[in-house]
Amino acid sequence: MAKTDFEVPALRDYLRTPDLRPGAMAKSAPFKAAPRHQQALGFPEALVPDWERVAVAKLGDLLGKYRSLRVHLDSCVKCGACTDKCHYFLGTGDPKNMPVARQDLLRSVYRRHFTLAGKLFPRLVGARDLDAALLDEWYGYFHQCSQCRRCSVFCPYGIDTAEISMAAREILDEIGVGQKYCNEIIAKVHAIGNNLGLPGPALANTLEGLEEDVKEATGVDVRFPLDVEGAEVLLIPPSADFFAEPHIDGLIGYAKVFHQAGVRWTLSSYASEAANFAMFIGNYAQMRKVALRIRQAAIDLKVKRIVVGECGHAWRVAYGFWNTLAGPFDFLDPRYPVPQHIVEFTYDLIRRGALKLDKEANDHMKVTFHDSCNVARATRMGDLPGGQFVLPRALIKASCNHYFDMAPDTIGEKTFCCGGGGGLLTDELIELRVKGALPRVQALHEVRQEHGVTHMAAICAICKSQFTKVLPYYGIPMDSVVSVHQLVGNAIRLGTSS
Amino acid sequence: MTSAVAVKGKELEVDEEGYLVNLGDWNEDVANVMAAEDTLTLTENHWEVINFLRDYYAEYQVAPAIRVLTKAIGKKLGPEKGNSKYLYELFPYGPAKQACRYAGLPKPTGCI
Repeated sequence: MAKTDFEVPALRDYLRTPDLRPGAMAKSAPFKAAPRHQQALGFPEALVPDWERVAVAKLGDLLGKYRSLRVHLDSCVKCGACTDKCHYFLGTGDPKNMPVARQDLLRSVYRRHFTLAGKLFPRLVGARDLDAALLDEWYGYFHQCSQCRRCSVFCPYGIDTAEISMAAREILDEIGVGQKYCNEIIAKVHAIGNNLGLPGPALANTLEGLEEDVKEATGVDVRFPLDVEGAEVLLIPPSADFFAEPHIDGLIGYAKVFHQAGVRWTLSSYASEAANFAMFIGNYAQMRKVALRIRQAAIDLKVKRIVVGECGHAWRVAYGFWNTLAGPFDFLDPRYPVPQHIVEFTYDLIRRGALKLDKEANDHMKVTFHDSCNVARATRMGDLPGGQFVLPRALIKASCNHYFDMAPDTIGEKTFCCGGGGGLLTDELIELRVKGALPRVQALHEVRQEHGVTHMAAICAICKSQFTKVLPYYGIPMDSVVSVHQLVGNAIRLGTSS
Repeated sequence: MTSAVAVKGKELEVDEEGYLVNLGDWNEDVANVMAAEDTLTLTENHWEVINFLRDYYAEYQVAPAIRVLTKAIGKKLGPEKGNSKYLYELFPYGPAKQACRYAGLPKPTGCI
C-alpha cells in the first residue's frame, strides 16, 4: 500500500455521525481536462472569457430541457433529512458534503437568476452571483458527489442530488472547465471503443490468453469469442473486465455460463465497453454517441440479444436510457428482455436447473454482497420488485454455502456507495475515496467481526477497483473483493449435462 | 499543467501525475530516476516487468492486462512470482500504474 498524507478514519463498533469540520475537503479537486481532452468532446479548451454569462445561460437551457431539475432546485425546505446520509460527509465531516449544502452551490445561482425574489432581494433568499470563488467550490464539491442517490431515498421530496451534480458538471464543461479523468476516457471510447484504450488486437490477445488459462485450470475448451457475426448474444462488459482483478475472474465466469448454456455469444472489438462516463458529466449528446456504438455493433454482428456485464452505471444507462437514447431495438428478439443483465441471464439458467453448481468450490469463503448504487437505486432485474437485490444474492447463494448480509440500513436501496463512483475513481482523489468508503467498510468490518466474513462480492467494475484500492487502508486485504460471476464460475460444473 | 523530471541534466516533460508526455523521451535512466524519487531501487526483477511492459506496448499500443503480465512474469521468474501479490511487492503503488510510469508508458485509464 502506498504511503498516506491524511488520516484514515478509524473503524469502531458502530458508525458515528462525525463532528463538523468546515473546509476539511475544500482543497479536494480532480485534475482538470487538458485542451486536447476538451477538444475531443467539442468543449471549449479553456475557461471562456464571459464564463459567468455562459454558465447562467446554460443553466437556463438545462432548466428548459429538464423539468425535474427545476423541481429539485425549487422544492428543498431545508428539513435536514439528507444531512447525515452522504458517505462523503460521514467520512470527511465537511459540512459542504451534506447533500443540501452541495445542492445549494447550484441552487443559490438558480435563485439569483431564475426567481423573482432572488433577482430583487438576493441576500434574503440565499441567492448568489457566480463568481470565481463559487466556481472553484462548484468544481471541488460537485466532484465530491458520486451521484449515488442515497440522499434522495431519505429526502421527503425525492430531490436528486445526482441530477444537480450532473447539471453542474455539464455547465462546467460548457464554460471550458472539464475533468480530466472523465473526459479523457470518453474520448478514448469514441476513438477506440473502450475506456482503457484497448485496441482490437490487444483484446484478441487477452482473450486467447484467457482461453488457455481456463483450459489449463479445467481441461475444458471454454471460448471467449470476438466479433463473431451471427452469434445469438452480444456481451457488453465493462472493459475493466479485460484488464483488472478481480474483474477478469468475473469475465471468466460469464464465459463459463455461456459455455454451459450452449449459447453462441460474442464480444465486439468496436463496442467493448459497457461503461458510459457521459452520464457522469451529464451530457446527453456524448451519452448518446457512446450508446450508439453498442447499437451499431449489435446490428453489424446480427445478434438477437444484448447482455450487459457487471457494471453499475452501465446498467442504469442500458436499463433506463437505451431505448430512447439509441433505440428502438426492434431488430433484437422481443422474447428476451432488451437489454438483459448477465445476472438475469444466469439466474434464468439456475431457476431452470440448467446449471450445475458445486457450492463446495467456494467453501473457503464467507461472502457478503455490496449492492452497487446505480443498480440498487436506478434499475431493476428480473420480473419482480426489488429483483435487483434478490437476483445477485440468489446467484451467490446458489454458488456459496456461506453468505451473510451487511446491516440492513447499508444494503438494498439504502446501500452506501463504494466511494469511487460517478467519475471519481482517480488517484488524485484518493483521500476522498478512502474517507468516502468509511460507511461501507464499517458495515463490512461488522460482518467480518460477527460472522467471520472473508470476501465481499460486487457487480460493478468501479466498486471492485475502488475496494481493491481502499480496503488495504483499513487493514483489509485487497483480494477480499470478488466478482459475482467469479463465484458462479468457481462453482459451475463444466461439461456434465446429465 | 505539466512539470518535468530531470534526467542526467536534461529536463523531460511529464504530466501532473508524473507520466512522460513524450514517450520517445524514455531511456533506462528515466526509470531509475523516477524510482529513486519513490525511494525504490530497481532490481533485475523490476526490469523484467518494465521490459515486458515496453515490449507489449510496442506491439499493442496499450499496457497488458494484469493477468497477461503476471503470466509472463511467472514464465520468466518462476511460477511462485507469477501473481499480483508479487507484483505489488515490486511496485507498491500498483503494477499497472507505477510500473507503466517507470516504463515511460501513458497511465492506464478506466475503471481500474
